[in-house]
Amino acid sequence: MNDAPVTDLELHAYVDDELDAAARARVERHLADHPHDAARVRDWAAQRAALRERFGRLPQEPLPAGWWPTMQAASPVRWWQQRWAAAWLAGVLGLAAGWGAREAWSARTPAALAALPRQAAVAHVVYAPDARRPVEVAQLEPLVAWLSKRMGVGVHAPDLTPDGFELIGGRLLPGRARPVAQFMYQDAGGRRLTLYLTTELPTGTEAGFRFAEEAGVQVMYWVDGAFGYALSSGSLDRAALARLAQTVHRQAAPS
Amino acid sequence: MDPRAQALLACLPRLRRYARALVGDAAQADDLVQDTLERAWTRLHQWRGEGELRAWLFGIMHNVRVDQLRRAPAAVVPLEEAPAEPAQGGDPARWLEWQDLEAAVARLPDEQREVLLLVCVEELRYEEVAQALGVPVGTVMSRLARAREKLRAWRNGARDEPRAGTSLRVVK
Repeated sequence: MNDAPVTDLELHAYVDDELDAAARARVERHLADHPHDAARVRDWAAQRAALRERFGRLPQEPLPAGWWPTMQAASPVRWWQQRWAAAWLAGVLGLAAGWGAREAWSARTPAALAALPRQAAVAHVVYAPDARRPVEVAQLEPLVAWLSKRMGVGVHAPDLTPDGFELIGGRLLPGRARPVAQFMYQDAGGRRLTLYLTTELPTGTEAGFRFAEEAGVQVMYWVDGAFGYALSSGSLDRAALARLAQTVHRQAAPS
Repeated sequence: MDPRAQALLACLPRLRRYARALVGDAAQADDLVQDTLERAWTRLHQWRGEGELRAWLFGIMHNVRVDQLRRAPAAVVPLEEAPAEPAQGGDPARWLEWQDLEAAVARLPDEQREVLLLVCVEELRYEEVAQALGVPVGTVMSRLARAREKLRAWRNGARDEPRAGTSLRVVK
């Protein structure tokens, strides 16, 4: 067979298994006749294996607290459990506080509402573990003023100190169309809680308290007036989260 | 549940691994991953599910890094995360080999190190690397070829010296 000369780049492509069968065969014929090139190819292949051996292990040590487990816990098959828990919880809350959960399980759930807990959970997972830089602006007054200005609507940062959580700051995140706000709270034990606040829900959306678990993060979410709220935590149980959600809801209610 | 968000989270360990091999220092690498995630998360809607999410994320990390380097000119950062001392019964010769390899990788120009790691460690196709880095496939291949030849030259050189492993390391 009349082979065109084999180039260096083809030799590399051979090492990386980027050639089709014909090109591969051609390179192999070439290597059989060119021991110098064969030695280089062996070197590169050994290099490749060594790089993979040295750098190929996934980092074992945990990321800053809370990041890792929340990602591995993600399970796609829990929807019915969530449904059940959410319905149960909403029922309890609805009875206790008189908030109608009547709309909550309607099949007409707007897509934007269905997406809320996931967005909040992802925002929580991304930002909550950052020990050094959890927030963009840590001073309350400028933070709230800035968020309000950027969101184009008055934003209020709930006070959760009675429940043991201190506001440590917040940040503005891009939403689908408009910016959303995230407030971050921390308790004495270092557990973090984020409140995700969006104005992106269609007007007239109503929803009582709902519960979801997304990517291992527990989320309580609800709609109140123009705002969709989602309270996320990777470490609190549902009852604690529900209590905090009530605090937030109470403070948001027009007095 | 949005599979894209799930997929993003699932990519984190590998992003972290790549960042470490790329910048050498674990803390800086995690900063890079953090910045990459922030940017990726805000652009997740732009990812259309064509091609692997991981390659898309590597591309974002590349851009983040380019921005960072533009702001603060690159210092050559030594790979501080040397593999643990050879364990009891471990092979000290292999440990020294690793030291050589790390030092050689750390000395490569950024653009070559990127390509080398993406192809050899992350096992991306040339096409994916080209897409991630925003360069033609031919550029990927020539950077890869240069990186490999340099590593080969350094390591062959090192082999001729009496245990030159440590002298090859980049000194802070």
